[in-house]
Amino acid sequence: MNIVINGKHEQVALSEPTLINLLAEYSLQGKSVIVEANGQIVPKDELASTNVKDGDRIEIVQFVGGG
Amino acid sequence: MHNRYSRQELFLKEKQPFANKHVLLVGAGALGSALAEMLVRAGIGRLTIIDRDYVDWTNLQRQQLYKEQDAQERLPKAEAAKKRLEEINSDVFISAVTADGGPEELSALMNAHLPDLLLDGTDNFETRFLINDLSQKYNVPWIYGACVGSQGISCVIVPGETPCLACLLDVLPAEGMTCDTAGIIAPAVQMTTAIQGAEALKILAGRWEEVSRELVSFDLWKNTYSSIKIASLKKASCPSCGKEASHPYLSEANRTRTAVLCGRDTVQVRPSEERAFNLSQLALTMEQHGTKVKTNGFLLSAIVSGKRIVLFQDGRMLIHGTKNTADAKKLYQQLLG
Ligand SMILES: [Zn+2]
Repeated sequence: MNIVINGKHEQVALSEPTLINLLAEYSLQGKSVIVEANGQIVPKDELASTNVKDGDRIEIVQFVGGG
Repeated sequence: MHNRYSRQELFLKEKQPFANKHVLLVGAGALGSALAEMLVRAGIGRLTIIDRDYVDWTNLQRQQLYKEQDAQERLPKAEAAKKRLEEINSDVFISAVTADGGPEELSALMNAHLPDLLLDGTDNFETRFLINDLSQKYNVPWIYGACVGSQGISCVIVPGETPCLACLLDVLPAEGMTCDTAGIIAPAVQMTTAIQGAEALKILAGRWEEVSRELVSFDLWKNTYSSIKIASLKKASCPSCGKEASHPYLSEANRTRTAVLCGRDTVQVRPSEERAFNLSQLALTMEQHGTKVKTNGFLLSAIVSGKRIVLFQDGRMLIHGTKNTADAKKLYQQLLG
């Protein structure tokens, strides 16, 4: 499916189309992230039950510690 | 009469709005160097810099205030930064503090001269959560900024208004994603500080309506950028900014005695209580025992048991060539009891 991640058009194939699988695809599962889907922040405990569909706009912000 | 601020004033449509402002900058590494230079050039009234480290060769690739001589002499970063910044703008009052910014040290600085803004130039979450609690307790805004690899992130935290860092992050993230493992390129630093710096100027100029209320992140290598509205994440039950806030990170008990330094194969060990060392006396004793020692007035360095150690006047020791905190602690105790 085609989705927009952090403003960039991406083509992804997920075994199950959930946000948690999308995070795993980008090696971000279990990391400190905030995920927004179509303008709404998705609570952490809903990442596994929230589906991703064609045309979605997803923002993934990862907290980093360096500086 | 020179007018060094003419271009800035043209943009702001205001004459020197920063001249009476005080910023407390925590950390003078990559982010801290860039932020300090921006603010000093912009003409803030007073800048206080606290940093626990000294200049090392691996810093020169991205920490813009430092030069080869600083690394050769192992100058404390706060001191080297002050020297360079005073050459850039002698009108700014700069104070340098070489210490590990813990609850006690940072509270003392807040009490001595309350800043208008707290800036994050640190490299670890422990200190960021401490800044977050100080910001809430003293009602002073702060700007989170961090970077690693080609990525960066920033967020303005305004007490009483926006969510705080503890609202955004319910647990202290594991320090897996620092420059230690992923490295860092200088443009990621510059981009992060450009975002932090612009927000800092808005706050210091009192342009609150213009201040960003979003969490911003980017990746310069992947060419991505995102900005998320975070107002909905404010938690009434937050231990740092909620109704019954306890400011847990202001307690000394939550402070670790040892820390692995970002990007360095180095462990820092702190004494359990404040100690003041006479470095030249100690150097003399060590040399009598056959250890070659170097001092520069600010710190002492030597090779002990095959590891390079650096001891600061406040009793902190950096032990290089290890990430093992237990070994580091043992070496510390061997040397200083
Ligand atoms: Zn909070």
